[in-house]
Formats: sequence, structure tokens, C-alpha cells
Amino acid sequence: MSLIGKLMEKPWLAQPEGMDPALLVAPNTGWPARTALRFFLGTVTVIFFLFIMTLLGRSQMGDFHALAGEPWLPFDRPVQLWWNSAILLLSSIAMHAGLWLARQNRLQASLLAVMLAVVLVLGFMLAQGYVWQQLAVAGFGLTTNPASSYFYLLTAVHLVHLLGGVVALSGLLRRYWQQHSQARIVAGLTLCTTYWHYLFGIWLVLFALLTSSAGTIDSLAALCGF
Amino acid sequence: MTETAIADHADEHHPSSFASKYIWSQDHKVIAIQYSLTAIFVGLVALVLSALMRLQLGFPDHFSFISPESYLQFVTMHGMIMVVYLLTALLLGGFGNYLIPLMIGARDMVFPLLNMLSFWTYLLSVLVLLASFFVPGGPTGAGWTLYPPQAILPGTPGHDWGILLMLISLGIFIVAFTMGGLNYVCTILQARTKGMTLMRMPLTIWGIFVATIMGLLAFPALLVSAIMMFMDKVVGTSFFMPAILSMGEVLDHTGGSPILFQHLFWFFGHPEVYIVALPAFGIVSDILATHARKNIFGYRMMVWAIVVIGLLSFVVWAHHMYVSGMNPYFGFFFATTTLIIAVPTALKVYNWILTLWRGNIQLTLPMLFAIGFIFTFIHGGLSGLFLGNVVIDLPLSDTYFVVGHFHMVMGLSPILVLYAAIYHWFPKVTGRMLHTGLGKVHFWATLIGAYSVFLPMHYLGMLGLPRRYFGMAGTEYIPESAHLLNANITVAAILVAVVQLVFIANVIVSLRRGEKAPANPWGATTLEWQTPDNPPTHGNWGPALPVVHRWAYDFSVPGAKDDFIPQNVPNSAVEVTDAKAFAEAGQ
Repeated sequence: MSLIGKLMEKPWLAQPEGMDPALLVAPNTGWPARTALRFFLGTVTVIFFLFIMTLLGRSQMGDFHALAGEPWLPFDRPVQLWWNSAILLLSSIAMHAGLWLARQNRLQASLLAVMLAVVLVLGFMLAQGYVWQQLAVAGFGLTTNPASSYFYLLTAVHLVHLLGGVVALSGLLRRYWQQHSQARIVAGLTLCTTYWHYLFGIWLVLFALLTSSAGTIDSLAALCGF
Repeated sequence: MTETAIADHADEHHPSSFASKYIWSQDHKVIAIQYSLTAIFVGLVALVLSALMRLQLGFPDHFSFISPESYLQFVTMHGMIMVVYLLTALLLGGFGNYLIPLMIGARDMVFPLLNMLSFWTYLLSVLVLLASFFVPGGPTGAGWTLYPPQAILPGTPGHDWGILLMLISLGIFIVAFTMGGLNYVCTILQARTKGMTLMRMPLTIWGIFVATIMGLLAFPALLVSAIMMFMDKVVGTSFFMPAILSMGEVLDHTGGSPILFQHLFWFFGHPEVYIVALPAFGIVSDILATHARKNIFGYRMMVWAIVVIGLLSFVVWAHHMYVSGMNPYFGFFFATTTLIIAVPTALKVYNWILTLWRGNIQLTLPMLFAIGFIFTFIHGGLSGLFLGNVVIDLPLSDTYFVVGHFHMVMGLSPILVLYAAIYHWFPKVTGRMLHTGLGKVHFWATLIGAYSVFLPMHYLGMLGLPRRYFGMAGTEYIPESAHLLNANITVAAILVAVVQLVFIANVIVSLRRGEKAPANPWGATTLEWQTPDNPPTHGNWGPALPVVHRWAYDFSVPGAKDDFIPQNVPNSAVEVTDAKAFAEAGQ
């Protein structure tokens, strides 16, 4: 029954004796961890959404200078960031492969794929650190200009979420080690993979926004009413 | 892919030692009590702070230990503690934890370990917050809204350590809330017992459910603003800090937007009002129905109103910012949405009154507090209609009218519901009844006393008495009578504060010597009163989970012998005195 349908129920009307058999099934046939992940992703989405909205609002102040759009700006051709994106994409693919292999009950191969995903995501973190270093060397420090402040802030917040994913994944790796059932491994891995893909998607949004030219940012800001 | 919800596993995380039973407990009932005691303790700290503020306002220049700086710190800490660390934590962490599994027929929360971590993280946030009283400069005195630029600049008390600890504490609290909130939502969605459809859930659970979802979506705004302000303070970024001259010195900040902070803060702040209010609405609905021996009027509308209020509460935030200098056109939009949200809210008030109408009203202690709530909530709601309109808000915004309004609607109202809830569920939690005589003293003194505090504030506000001020010396437009009224308010406030000791004494004495409570002293229909043990033991339900056969409001059903039919009683088990009337009643 749809949510609207459920909200239209008239609970004050008594069930016929013996009760509707449908009601005698406990509603807990779902998967609490997946529900929790969905709500958690909703919360994380709001966090990034609000950060982005403040960026667009802040961009309309005179001292905001976008980091791309002119040849002398650091992200006019963000080659390193493309590489970093490729690393994160590979990590996501490795996670998906790990899930696929686990579903085929090839748990050793799945473990290798998952560990590769972890290595790649750690590599992404290092590569992001390298970008920070290059940006600072180029004269765009944390407080140089609000655009660079946002770059450091948003990428840091993204990295913190990735780190949280790695911590969660370490629990899953224990399941491999302790030779839990395939079903339990697949269950945990499904959630981790969803989170991995989600954070890759978030990174694409951040990448696009943080390397946008002043004109693009202004248009987005105007679209949002700033 | 499915996993069995842990809520149906009676022997999971069964406590085996004192520590696992009372300290590192994963039992939702123990965690609820841990949450409640911590919240009440920190709430008492905030109550003392408010008494100190009132001493200064009522009798200025009499108390040398209250300086202008400490006054601002009292204001700030009182506000933040009451709104976030008391009300949110007690209603959701306390009552949410205790009632959700019991009212939906589950054995526990679906993630008990996460639930335990949620409490300990909350406790950490409280400790960090209280630590700010002991750091150089003391706690922040920026006002509970923490507006930049003043919050982090010299001249504001606690601008160094105090504000940092406040921001860190808020961050930790939000982590704790998220852990708890995910638990509440998932438990309600996935651990309900057989027959407990969404529309058979008591309104208490509906209120907690929607409020928790709102919290999961609104607290991020506070987190985002806290992180950005933290960076402005510590690293020197300019997210919110404009170019500014402070103490004769040009600071390095450039072009930041303080109004951006205000938007973020109130994007959290207004839903926060309903995060507190919706569980209170739900609780009061259940208490009114139970103690009026009558089904709740318009159950479906009540559910829809909770959902609609939850949605609308995200589009009214800027009515807190009419005087901020934002685009004036925004004012029109937000005034309109504010008036619209009054519709479902008013609908709930009408339904509460219609529930009482021709009911068999039992003036028990929970009922007294619930009826008191209806009065204060109507009062606070009506003054809110004034403040929701831009042209009226502008002159009143910085006056005591606002203090009177929000204490009526956001302070006194939920506190009365909390007391109603404590008097209602104390027998279930402890197996003892609270003393009725002491409870009545507590109720009448609190209600009349609090009215004596907050009602005159509306008048003071209309006189133009400014809020947040340490002293009114030299403000000639304020008549002497206003000062006299301020002194009266202070006396009333101190009395109200002292009377809370009667309540605490009642709790302590009743815990040891209170009359033994029957299993269902109020004749309630909801599942928590149908447990095999009183108070419920670990796992709540013994060997078998209850099965739900009806909604939560079958009171005074024609033809039935008793004036209530519990949710887990099938029609065939109902004792009937008039079978025809019972059948005609749709049973």
C-alpha cells in the first residue's frame, strides 16, 4: 500500500473478527540497516546542500574570486583533479566488483576487490592532499579568498565522510576474516557500496562547482535567488 | 536482501553485570533514564541561571556577583541548554527511547549499541558545554543564537574559549542526535509488532517519528554553521565575518556575510521549535484521550497535521529575521508561510478541546498539566500570530514581548507536557505512584507562577522594554511601574524555581515510599501498559510479542464493560454488557 493509502486508513473502524490477515504479518520484514543508511544519506545530503548554498550566497560578495575561468587561475585546467576523480571512480568500481563477486560466493576475490577499493580511496585522500599543497604553493591559502576557503572546507568535509566509510568498511573486513556467512557479507557490502557510490556522486558535484568559472557560479547563485 | 530486526530477539545484549545493566546498558529503558537524568540535571543548571538573570533584572545593583558579562553568559547558556540539551534530549532521547519500543510492541531499538553510543556521546556534549564555565573568560555570552560577528570578537564574553567549546559541544550533540535519530526512525518503521499499522500508532509515536526526521534534516544546518564559524574563529576565514574594525584594530576578515549565518541558524532553529513541539503534541493528545476517557477527536487529521507541520516548518525560518536587513520581499513570503503553518497547529488545538468536550474528564495530575498546556500553548500561539507579521514584529522584535511569547510557546508549554508525561508514565517506569497532593501543589504553583512571569512580559514588551539588556538605567521612556513589574516577575520566577524542589522531593520520596502502582493505573489502551511485568523487564514482552487488534483510542465504547479496550485485546476477548450496542458501535 502506498504511503498516501496508509495515511488514508480509518483505524477507528474495527477489524472483522479474526482480523485482516495482512495485519497479522509483522511490518519488520525490511532491513533496518538499509533504512538507516537511506536516512543517513539524507542527512549528509542536507549537509552538502547547505554548504553549497552558503557558497553560492557568499559568492555574491565582492571579495569572492572563482578559482577557474581564466588561464592564470589554478583550476582553469584542473588536470590533477581529473586524475583524482578517476582514482575515486576506480575505487567505486572496485567496490561494485567486490559486491558482485560476493554475490557469486567468490569471497576471496571479493575481499581482494574491496581491499583494492580501500587502497584507492586512501590514494584519493593523498592525492587531494597533494592538490591542497599545490594550491597553497600557488598562493591560494585557506584564507586567501573565500573561494579557496570553500575548496579546502568542502574537500575536507568530503574526505571526513570517506574516512567514515573506511572505518565502517573495516568492520566489514572483519566479517571476511571471521568467515561470516555470505549473506551477512553481501548485506554489509551492499550498504558500503551504496555509500561509496554516493560519495563519488557528491565528489562530482563538488568538483563541478569548485572548478566553475565566475560566470557559472553567478548564474547558479541567481538561479537560487542570491 | 533482508536481515531480521534485532527488536524481536529477546536475549540479545542481555545484561549480565551491574555495569552492563546500569552503565553500559543497551536496554532502551535504561538509556532513556540515563538521557532523562542527564537532561534534567543540565536543565536545573539552566533554571538556576535564569533565576540569576531575574535577580539582576528585578533588583538591579543589588547583586555585585552579577556583572554585565556574566549576565550575558547566563542568558546564552540558559537558552541553549533549555532548547537543545534539555528539551530535545528529554523529549526524544528520554521519552522517545522509553516509549518507542514499548508503544509499538518491540523488544528494543533496532540498533541497541548505537543507542548506547548515542547517550554517551550526548553526555560528552553536555560535559564539553559545562566545561566552558571553567575556562578562561567563561562560557560564551553571545546569546543563544550565537550571531557573528560579535560572537567571536573581543567585547563579547567568552569570545575565546567559551564560543569554541559551545561550537564543539553542538557538533558532538548533533552526532549523538543523529545516532539516536536513525534508531528511532528505523525502529518505528521496521520493528512494529503484528497488527501495528502506521495509522494504529499512538500520536505520541507519530510526534516523535516526524520530529526525529525533522531533526535529521535540520540539525545539519546547525552543524554547517558551527563548522564555518569555528573556521572563522580559529583559522581566520571569512565565511560569516565581514571586513571589520574591532577594538580600534582592522581585522583580516573580508566580505563575509553575518546574515548567511542567520539563515543557516534559523533553518535549524525554526524546525527545532517543532522538533520539541511535535513529540509534546503527541504526548498531550494521548494523555488527554486517556484521562478524558474518550477517543482522540480527528485522529487522521491529527496525524496529517503533524506531517504537514513538519513539512511547513522548513519554510518559515526567516520570520526570525525580519529585522536582520534581509530582502524585504522575503518578509512577505515568510509571513505568509507562518500564517499557513498556524492552520494545522490550530486544528490540533481544536481537536484537543473537542476531545475534552463531553468527555469523562478525570482531573488527575497528568490531565491537569495537559490542560495547563492547552492554555499556555494557545496563549503563545496567539502572540506568535502578532510576531509572524512583519509590521508588528519590527517594533516588538527586540522587546520583552518576544521573550514572553517564546517562553509561553517554547518554554512553558513543552515543560508542562514533560511534567504531564512524567506524572503519567512514572508508575510504568518505577512501579510507584507519585504523591497526588504534592503534585497538585507543584502544578498550581508552576502554572500560576509561570503565568505571573511570562504574561506581564508581553505588557513590558509593548512598553518597549528591550530584551538582552543587563540594566535599564537612564531609559526614561520606561515608567517606574515597569521596574516594579520586573521585580514582581522576579519574585514569581524565584517561587516557580523553588516549587520545582517539591517535584524533585516528590520523585525521590515516591521512588522509595510511593504507593505501589497497579499495572495500568490510568486505564490506558496503549501497549506499554500491557507488559507482563511492571516495570517492564529486559525484552519488554516475555516470551511472545503482543498482537495489535485495534487503534489506541478505544475509550468508552458503547456496550463494553470497561471504559477502555487495550490495543492487544481482540473483540472476542472484550467483556460486553450490551452486545447490540457494542455491535452498533462498529466492534
